[in-house]
Amino acid sequence: MSTSPFIEGLAHRELRYQCCVACGAVQTLTRYACRSCDGNRFDWRVSRGEGTVFAVTVVARAPSEEFRALAPYALVLVDLDEGFRLMGHAVPGVAIGDRVVADYFIHGERTLIRFRP
Amino acid sequence: MIPALNPAYIVGTGNTRFGRLEGYGALELMAQAAQRALDDACMSPAAVDGVLCGYATTLPHLMLSTLFCERFSLQPAYAHSVQLGGATGGAMLMLARELVRSGRCRNVLVVGGENRLSGQARDSAIQTLAQVGDADFEVPNGASVPAYYALLASRYMHETGLTEADLAELAVLMRSHAMHHPDAHLREPITREQVLASKPIASPLKLLDCCPISDGAMALVVSAESRRSPAVAILGAGQAHRHQHLSAIADTFNLGARDAAGRAFAEAGLQPGDIDYLAIYDSFTITLAILIEETGFAPRGGSAARVRRGDFSAGGALPLNTHGGLLSFGHSGVAGGMGHAVEAYRQLAGLAGERQIAERRCAFVHADGGVLSSHVSLILGRED
Ligand SMILES: [Zn+2]
Repeated sequence: MSTSPFIEGLAHRELRYQCCVACGAVQTLTRYACRSCDGNRFDWRVSRGEGTVFAVTVVARAPSEEFRALAPYALVLVDLDEGFRLMGHAVPGVAIGDRVVADYFIHGERTLIRFRP
Repeated sequence: MIPALNPAYIVGTGNTRFGRLEGYGALELMAQAAQRALDDACMSPAAVDGVLCGYATTLPHLMLSTLFCERFSLQPAYAHSVQLGGATGGAMLMLARELVRSGRCRNVLVVGGENRLSGQARDSAIQTLAQVGDADFEVPNGASVPAYYALLASRYMHETGLTEADLAELAVLMRSHAMHHPDAHLREPITREQVLASKPIASPLKLLDCCPISDGAMALVVSAESRRSPAVAILGAGQAHRHQHLSAIADTFNLGARDAAGRAFAEAGLQPGDIDYLAIYDSFTITLAILIEETGFAPRGGSAARVRRGDFSAGGALPLNTHGGLLSFGHSGVAGGMGHAVEAYRQLAGLAGERQIAERRCAFVHADGGVLSSHVSLILGRED
């Protein structure tokens, strides 16, 4: 399985995001074509990890055994200051509009993000 | 000159009961629904020249449509399956109409069904569904489909003022409708207080904000001619696909539902004001609220107020999902998303039996797949 630069970045505690070479538009998720122009070449950059909470939920019913031990846990969508949106965990109590910063934690074999104020 | 397109009518529907149907496989359920639809249409299987079927999570097969055709002894001139999550049923109906309109087919059988509840462990069903999330950015967080919708709900409620008590109204309404349908999965009456006190799943969504997982199947026949009076035609259809993943939603107030509906209304030459029946996808209470509001059948944050006024009740001005929707009739994947159109057809055709409401002429049907990702709108009209 090929590893995405994003997943690779997490292992190095780096929050990586795509930026269009042609127009500079920052992309959410991974794209093969720019969402703003006809460009299809991207640089991966490293985010400072600071952003604003766009949405939040507390998951009480985990979807799998490996997450059941963590439940209840907060998941958030955060609008990072560089201009992309990212899903991550969050410390309890964060609310929409809160300023947060990305932190990292190891879960099983993966590094995941946990946002905190 | 462009030759005139044929009209396309729904001429028959069939369904199994929804709920726990132990011992039946996906194909068997599909066959039961298909047989009932053909019987309802008074149509011989030999007359079916097109077959569209959905997918089944319990029977992942490369060629489900022709597998089904062999087992059901059909030899159509056109067949394939369609995959568009919850919007699959709507997309199949839209395509069936196109096939009939173009003259490619005369009689298209549209079928979906699976043993989603009894055919797999609950965890397995939930994990399969969670894969609609992004494999790198979303799924690894331990996110589930309810969590994706819950995140969207948190934002939507933040912006519109819609409350958990508002969402509960929609759950109660769907249950009050399912109570009158003998084939519905969940028929015990519930109250707003019970919804609010139900087990937390992913805030703000609680157990009774979520549809159940069901076994069941549905089928419809779309034809170039209808011998039934009144006839029910598919007058317009539209789609919109603006994102796949929750993270990629660009505008919470423009998810694609309005675009799809606009295209369907334009094609039908009708206005939302012409609609007197609503058939709207309701995987969660928030799904239903957002879709009602984005398609303009209630103001932003105002869907529950219309429920409280009785507008969406069976006796109201704009009856909504009189079979009970996914929330209470049940959700067996593709078939769950076909239930809304099946019920709309039956109400328009005057075939809803004890659930029959006052005469209806024009239904708006809307389905979404993914996380409000893929949208299909259909407009059904009674002709007599
Ligand atoms: Zn660009």
